[in-house]
Amino acid sequence: MTDKKIRVLVAKPGLDGHDRGAKVVARALRDAGMEVIYTGLRQTPEMIAEAALQEDVDIVGLSILSGAHMALAPRILELLKANGQSKVKVFIGGIVPDEDVPQLKQMGVTGVYGPGASTEDIIKDIKEAVK
Amino acid sequence: MSLADSVLNGDRLALARVLTQIENDTQDGRAALATLFPNTGKAHLIGVTGSPGTGKSSLVNQLALYYRKQNKRVAIVAVDPSSPFTGGAVLGDRVRMKDLSGDAGVFIRSMATRGSLGGLAQATAGMVQAFDAAGFEIVMIETVGAGQSEVDIARLAHTTLVVEAPGLGDDIQAIKAGILEIADILVVNKADRPGVENTEKALKSMLELAHPTQHIFSHHGKYMSVASEAVDAALWIPPIQRTISLDGTGIPELAEKIATHAEHLRVSGDWAARERARLESEIEAFLQEELMNQFRQNVPESKYDEVMKLVYKRSLSPWEAVKMLMNGRSK
Repeated sequence: MTDKKIRVLVAKPGLDGHDRGAKVVARALRDAGMEVIYTGLRQTPEMIAEAALQEDVDIVGLSILSGAHMALAPRILELLKANGQSKVKVFIGGIVPDEDVPQLKQMGVTGVYGPGASTEDIIKDIKEAVK
Repeated sequence: MSLADSVLNGDRLALARVLTQIENDTQDGRAALATLFPNTGKAHLIGVTGSPGTGKSSLVNQLALYYRKQNKRVAIVAVDPSSPFTGGAVLGDRVRMKDLSGDAGVFIRSMATRGSLGGLAQATAGMVQAFDAAGFEIVMIETVGAGQSEVDIARLAHTTLVVEAPGLGDDIQAIKAGILEIADILVVNKADRPGVENTEKALKSMLELAHPTQHIFSHHGKYMSVASEAVDAALWIPPIQRTISLDGTGIPELAEKIATHAEHLRVSGDWAARERARLESEIEAFLQEELMNQFRQNVPESKYDEVMKLVYKRSLSPWEAVKMLMNGRSK
């Protein structure tokens, strides 16, 4: 019972209080056999990077519906790197305009998922990203 | 420098990685524990257990804040259950511990039970050793939301808090064997809720009926007492403390009771006795696992399947099957 598990941090940076999407994703990843650490609402980038370090996760999922993704995502990637966790991947779920997606991916975000995205795709992408 | 040496030097990332290796029971993890082990034995291990929803995580959050004010470094191991079907888990204890974020004197690690049933995971003891060696003076271990018999925490911790909340059970629940017996301190959390007097009364009458209880653990398959070698030393009677985790009411008083308990353990000799009992039960668990592994290596899978088929057909009882497999091993 001590196999390596994929550990995922699901976090909600910023001030919007709508976390149903984050919970749906957390539950789906659980059902895919992953260990999901859920941080709850209103996390600062510093809190998220700190939690990612303490929990030694493989990947961080950010739920952002506030429109602040172009500020939050690079900041979190930067902090992960500063902590020595440049190998930790980041994906985003929420409301992200299509035109921002290429730029986010260039920063190192492995996937961006909007309303209607299938959890199966998210699971597949995570497994691919942490290989 | 090895990862374990970096842990001893206070490197947090190295600590996080060692914890993962311990959790996954890798060769590196075992080697790291071997390096760290001589540096353990300093921390006060505080177990926090109780039914789901009694407020364990919030209580741990408040206690950690209190210890930080006294400049003690605090590690928290928070255990939540793994799914018995998929092996996945949602670990949500951090949600209640946001106040501790951004403090370098606190390290919170969530872990899933990965199939263990006693309220902790198999690797919890190893993780606690890593925190102890890394110089955390207080290590709090929060169990899964426990039912009546998830009592492994009493073997691991020096001081076990059992958290109750108003409205969860009557005086008959309170005299059943199991979780209430392992309490060194009983906490009635959510003390602003109605029914708190009844809860406290039920716990009090339980203590009056059955006290003092000795801590007795299974040892080589027999029951053994780890309570005072000096039996004459005053036995510890678990105090009851009301708390409200939301605003911190009762937390300084609780911390004081925890300190008094630690003092009692040291004076009575129970501290050393508990350490011995813990290490013995740890070695016993590892021995069982190792013997099982050896057995699996020595008995060919085909032999196992063959015997299982006989059991399916009910021409062999499970005990007879075991006898046959053990004989196969000695060949």
